[in-house]
Amino acid sequence: MLSKSSYLIFIISGVIGISFWIGFNVNLLPTEASINAPIYDELFKILFIIGLILFIGMSLLVVYSLFKFRKRKGQIGDGIALEGNLKLEIIWTVIPSIIVLVVGLYSYNIYDRMGGMNELNHDHSLMGNNSEKIWAGISQSNNNLGLIDTNIEVSAMQFAFLFNYPKGDFISGELHVPVNKEISVKMESKDVIHAFWIPEFRIKQDIIPGQPTVLNFTPTKVGKYPIICAELCGPYHGGMRASIIVEEQSDYEDWFNQNKKDELIA
Amino acid sequence: MTILIDKKNQVTEKIQPKGFLRYFSFSLDHKVIGIQYLVCGFLFYLVGGTLASAIRIELTSPMSDFMPRDVYNQVLTLHGTIMIFLWIVPVVNGAFGNYLIPFYVGARDMAFPRLNAVAFWLIPPSGLMLITSYFIDGAAQAGWTAYPPLSITTPQSGQIVWILSVLLLGGSSIFGGINFIATILKLRRPGLKLMQLPMYCWAMLGTSILVVLSTPVLAGTLILLSFDIVANTGFFNPVLGGNVVVYQHLFWFYSHPAVYIMVLPAFGLVSEILPIHCRKPLFGYKTMVFSIMGIVVLGLVVWAHHMFTSGTPPWMRLFFTIATAFIAVPTGIKFFNWVATMWGGKISINSAMLFSCGFIINFVFGGITGVALAQVPFDIHVHDTYFVVAHFHYIVYGGSVFVIFSSIYHWFPKVTGKLLDEKLGILHFALTFIGFNLCFAPQHWLGLNGMPRRVAEYDPQFQFVNQISSLGALFMAISTIPFLINIFLSVKNGKKAGDNPWGALTPEWLTSSPPPVENWKGEAPLVTEPYGYGIDTTDN
Amino acid sequence: MTTINPKKLENSSNEDNGHHEDFRLFGLITFLIADGMTFAGFFAAYLTYKAVNPLPDGAIYELELPIPTINTILLLVSSATFHKAGKALFKKNNVESQKWLLITAVLGISFLICQLFEYFHLPFGLTDNLFASTFYALTGFHGLHVTLGTLMILIILWQTRIEGGRISYKNMFPFEAVELYWHFVDGIWVILFIILYLL
Ligand code: HEA
Ligand code: HEA
Ligand code: CUA
Ligand SMILES: [Cu+2]
Repeated sequence: MLSKSSYLIFIISGVIGISFWIGFNVNLLPTEASINAPIYDELFKILFIIGLILFIGMSLLVVYSLFKFRKRKGQIGDGIALEGNLKLEIIWTVIPSIIVLVVGLYSYNIYDRMGGMNELNHDHSLMGNNSEKIWAGISQSNNNLGLIDTNIEVSAMQFAFLFNYPKGDFISGELHVPVNKEISVKMESKDVIHAFWIPEFRIKQDIIPGQPTVLNFTPTKVGKYPIICAELCGPYHGGMRASIIVEEQSDYEDWFNQNKKDELIA
Repeated sequence: MTILIDKKNQVTEKIQPKGFLRYFSFSLDHKVIGIQYLVCGFLFYLVGGTLASAIRIELTSPMSDFMPRDVYNQVLTLHGTIMIFLWIVPVVNGAFGNYLIPFYVGARDMAFPRLNAVAFWLIPPSGLMLITSYFIDGAAQAGWTAYPPLSITTPQSGQIVWILSVLLLGGSSIFGGINFIATILKLRRPGLKLMQLPMYCWAMLGTSILVVLSTPVLAGTLILLSFDIVANTGFFNPVLGGNVVVYQHLFWFYSHPAVYIMVLPAFGLVSEILPIHCRKPLFGYKTMVFSIMGIVVLGLVVWAHHMFTSGTPPWMRLFFTIATAFIAVPTGIKFFNWVATMWGGKISINSAMLFSCGFIINFVFGGITGVALAQVPFDIHVHDTYFVVAHFHYIVYGGSVFVIFSSIYHWFPKVTGKLLDEKLGILHFALTFIGFNLCFAPQHWLGLNGMPRRVAEYDPQFQFVNQISSLGALFMAISTIPFLINIFLSVKNGKKAGDNPWGALTPEWLTSSPPPVENWKGEAPLVTEPYGYGIDTTDN
Repeated sequence: MTTINPKKLENSSNEDNGHHEDFRLFGLITFLIADGMTFAGFFAAYLTYKAVNPLPDGAIYELELPIPTINTILLLVSSATFHKAGKALFKKNNVESQKWLLITAVLGISFLICQLFEYFHLPFGLTDNLFASTFYALTGFHGLHVTLGTLMILIILWQTRIEGGRISYKNMFPFEAVELYWHFVDGIWVILFIILYLL
């Protein structure tokens, strides 16, 4: 027979092992198609594993006590008159605090790597309204002045997205972007609040009337992904979708040149 | 002090109808009011559940085919509003609070019986008003959060009715909160110390503090919103220079604490139920009290975690991440203490106990997804998706509703003097537990993979998982049948329960079942150790 | 060890603690805290607007100080007169008390008149801009409180007319409740004055 504590160690390591196994082998997320995605998935994995350990652990405890300490036939009387235990209380205050703190710092790190802490600058010198206040968003890098490869303006309205390419002076219903280039979109709404969400990129930002927001991102995988409006905006909210088409630089340029307004003053 | 109210009560009771009819009267008896809250809330739950069923039926196919799109939005708005403001909040606070708190503090009624009755009678009319708005000109369709400018630009009559009824319900909630605070702090039986009160009193004290501090802010906000709608002001209307994000801050300043208003009383109820059926004292009474107060304080400063993707600057996002995640600590203390309460007990496995254990498991799951949501980078992807829907149903349904059912099984013998049937109860539990997990667990995956919430149509790739979820909802709907049968059969010819079928020590069990009008025939007992199990027994 | 200890209820006689701070006053204080939170919400909104939403060019939001300053004085004095009325009533001097109450009511009404006067002479209307809307919402909501308070003062004025009537030194509660409410409304005005007019 094993001793009590070795049983305990066995079970705890079992729970941790299973959680790690699930965390590493069960993929609940869609394709990773931007620089942000693998960073996000790293955080997800950690949170998933910690969550599983806690959840499985707690459930086992509840089910085990329910079974082990059930009242048998003919048993009378009460359980032990145990009213508390300071040492235990301290343990289960301190351990969750540490977990929460570490997770918080770690997700700060993730957020920083995703560009959340960068200044919200967005180069729109071409449009001549560079001074406009940007209220919120995620800015991937600080090198805003002209170094961002593609600037696009998104305007959202009930119930569509329009993509304005200032460099080519044209508007498209589909968002075309080159792969592996940093893209910056500045978003404004014409009526109610919408949101700009690309699940494969793991980014989202509300599009707020009267408060322009930005999102910077770098797609890493050629393909067609949905752009989804994630904020209730009226009856057709569910149908408010568009596509982002990530293509090789040359394909993108072809598309761009086809669409751009011909030089008016040649 | 107590007697002052007794006299009033005796006078009023005489003119009041007796028997079944008293539940339809403007009664001042806290027990009658408690039952009124419960039954009224349950009827609204059936309405809200019917609306939920409509949602789930619509979502069995990726097209919007079961109802028009704007009706879908009305249905989900009504579903959210009814479930929160007419079911969970009135029941965990109003129903159980009114029934139990006077017993627990050794009083014969609440501090302000008249205010109490007024608070209850505000509920049915505002609820009915809300529901009828659907049939007249269409109900509100901006979601239960009513974010402007959508709420300003959608058809206005429905939105105005929505605002009115939420204002009335908020008023009812504030009156209730004032009453609970006064009853707990001022009406205690002489000799009864605060630290001797059953845990539910502490939970209600914390909840009522939240109600009093945060509900008025919602009221003010909704008044401003209604100005925007009817008087054409521009508080939240960007066209007129307003700021839509200010609404969100004000709204969540109420509505985040509101989630603790929905769950703290449930925590209290579980703290009453577990020790009795486990035959053990509540583990760590003091830390339980501190953790409630910790949740109250933290709960007031975390609201912006609902706004991580709106117009919030980075520093704000970070502050609210840390503050939110820290709520896991006091909440965790409570859960560990409950498990420790079970540990080494002599647990009777019955419906009340099963629902409570189901609550612990479901809530831990929902809480953990909550802590994940609190992390800004995590939330940015899943905000406003089915992941969030799954998170909060794990908490409001798997948490609060499970506790409500547990409490009904637990206190039914007190209220009626009859026992509920255990077989039907366990069937009810099994159906609910399975249906619930089947319905909401898959929604996490939906959210992570790209299904936004509040949509009537979705990407066809999600159809199968949505159908599983709808199947779960069907199970939940079916699970109400054994429950209702059980209630009706047992009220009529259930087994006699006796005064104290569970051998409990809390004061409400130390009187007859059902209790007499003024709670005790003689003087109120002084219960200084509500959880004194195992102290005076022969082992085994 | 017994856990149930049905001790005799000490003090089970009907003690009418009329003018003590009983739980009705406690309930009122709780209510006033709640009411104060409504104002806090409005103030928070106002301050946020001011910080982040610049008004369009040419918007007029200059406020004149004389009237609100007079109003502040009116309310502060009325708080003092109310207090006097309470003292007089406690000394069973109903006539004296009524005199002070009347002055309080007149001060309250003058406040409302001044407020209306200000409204009619302001260069902006309710929907002109964000500042104007918030200004009217805040002062209007406060004015509603003053109106309610004045009405209640008139009611207790009527009820103190006979010694030993409904409100007397023996039953001070309604009187104290209105007084507390009045001081509260007064306090809110001071905050409002500072935030809206002085900042
Ligand atoms: C009763 C209701 C209730 C309760 C109690 C909670 C509790 C919590 N909620 Fe939830 N929440 C809602 C109801 C509720 N929520 C609703 C209705 C919404 C959606 C609103 C809408 O948009 O319509 C929502 C949305 C919501 C969001 C916004 C998501 C979004 O829209 O993007 C967030 C983000 O932070 C969040 C977080 C949390 C957290 C951290 C807790 C914590 O309190 C949970 C703490 C509990 C535990 C953690 C489990 C037990 C603890 C342990 C076992 C200890 C060990 C654990 C750790 C160390 C992690 N909730
Ligand atoms: C607070 C409590 C609460 C409770 C208990 C529930 C219970 C349920 N909820 Fe709900 N829900 C919310 C609060 C709640 N919900 C909120 C706040 C929202 C957000 C709204 C918004 O976005 O604005 C929401 C949104 C919401 C959605 C997302 C809608 C969307 O975003 O598009 C879904 C979808 O599945 C859903 C489903 C369900 C289901 C299946 C139940 C089930 O558990 C219900 C089970 C009960 C029944 C099935 C009743 C059974 C009875 C009958 C059917 C008999 C009828 C008979 C007579 C009338 C006599 N809910
Ligand atoms: Cu646009 Cu939803
Ligand atoms: Cu919240």
